[in-house]
Amino acid sequence: MLITHKNLLLNIAFCATLVVASIMTIVAADAHGYSREGLEIKHPWTRVAPPGAKVAVGFMKITNTGKEADRLIGGSFALSDRVEVHEMSVTDGVMRMGEVKGGLEVVPGATVVLEPGSYHLMLMGLSGSPKLDERVKGTLRFEKAGDIEVEFAVAPLGAKSHSDKNGSPDAKHEHGGHDMKHHH
Amino acid sequence: MAAKTTLLARLRFALWGLVALAAVIAGALVLGHMQEAARQGASLPGAVRIGGEFELIDQNGKAFSSERLKAKPHAVFFGFTHCPDICPTTLYEMTKHLEALGSKANDLAVLFITVDPARDTPEQLNKYLSAFDSRIIGLSGSEAQVADVTKKYRIVAEKVGTSDGGYTMNHTATVFLFDGKGTLVSTLSWEEDEKTRQAKLDRLAERG
Repeated sequence: MLITHKNLLLNIAFCATLVVASIMTIVAADAHGYSREGLEIKHPWTRVAPPGAKVAVGFMKITNTGKEADRLIGGSFALSDRVEVHEMSVTDGVMRMGEVKGGLEVVPGATVVLEPGSYHLMLMGLSGSPKLDERVKGTLRFEKAGDIEVEFAVAPLGAKSHSDKNGSPDAKHEHGGHDMKHHH
Repeated sequence: MAAKTTLLARLRFALWGLVALAAVIAGALVLGHMQEAARQGASLPGAVRIGGEFELIDQNGKAFSSERLKAKPHAVFFGFTHCPDICPTTLYEMTKHLEALGSKANDLAVLFITVDPARDTPEQLNKYLSAFDSRIIGLSGSEAQVADVTKKYRIVAEKVGTSDGGYTMNHTATVFLFDGKGTLVSTLSWEEDEKTRQAKLDRLAERG
């Protein structure tokens, strides 16, 4: 009786370990990050671009864990000629967009978020659309930390965040219901 | 003498009465005119006239005239294909809305008009729009034709230089919804949630 009970506990422990391990694997697969020189880069991502698109966007979170302020001034993207740091806003129905002059400052202890409708890397002179679920190599150029190599995850067209799977894989009639989540 | 004074007093009284009557009639006329003016502009109080006639070229290279929109509810928005965020997202969302509407969307005209005709040729629009619902009509034209339509729809469209010598564009991102009579009945905005936008499009398709 006692042995059976012990076995049961062992079995539960084994199963629990498996569950935890698989959750950790899923989390690790979904989120990727880079850190160097007091900078933490969380989940760089881009989106599938429509055919013929000459531009795309890059998003991520940058946290300054160091003691000195730094600035994101540009970078590179394997599928584009140029990368600029841009800001987008919509005021009174008018979308305005332009380069962030002098780069995007990240002060110590702060996190700067590049996301849809806000700051983004403008990936210019696109040679081809990033493909869904691929990883595209690139670099982030900081004024002080220099170049940091990253890989951009590719989300569907229309995705509002890197984990938004409800967008369309290649944009046309490929998705399910109409319960697309919004991340405002 | 006394009788003459009374007569004059009566005449004065009668004349003032006529003046008062004229004032009342004039007032009623002005008020009526104002009410009529208010009725005519009753779609969106205080709004200026948005929209008008235009001639453009669709993504198949064919002429597209605003005549085609007569008796047809329509959604009109402006953008360009060198737009990294709001344009593909708006087109993507419109695709989802049209799919949700299903065949009800067949009587709805959805127009995506470029603010960047120099780069957005009909061929470029054709390629770009192949990623979205095939009912979306992409429109381009000469610089003059596009300037004309943006003026009629009161669209902000301005070039902003980039450091490589190229340019991007600031532009109005609102989606304008017109009924079959060509009256602006509602708009969709970037900030609204999907359900609100879908409800507005459902109403537009139903009402015609």
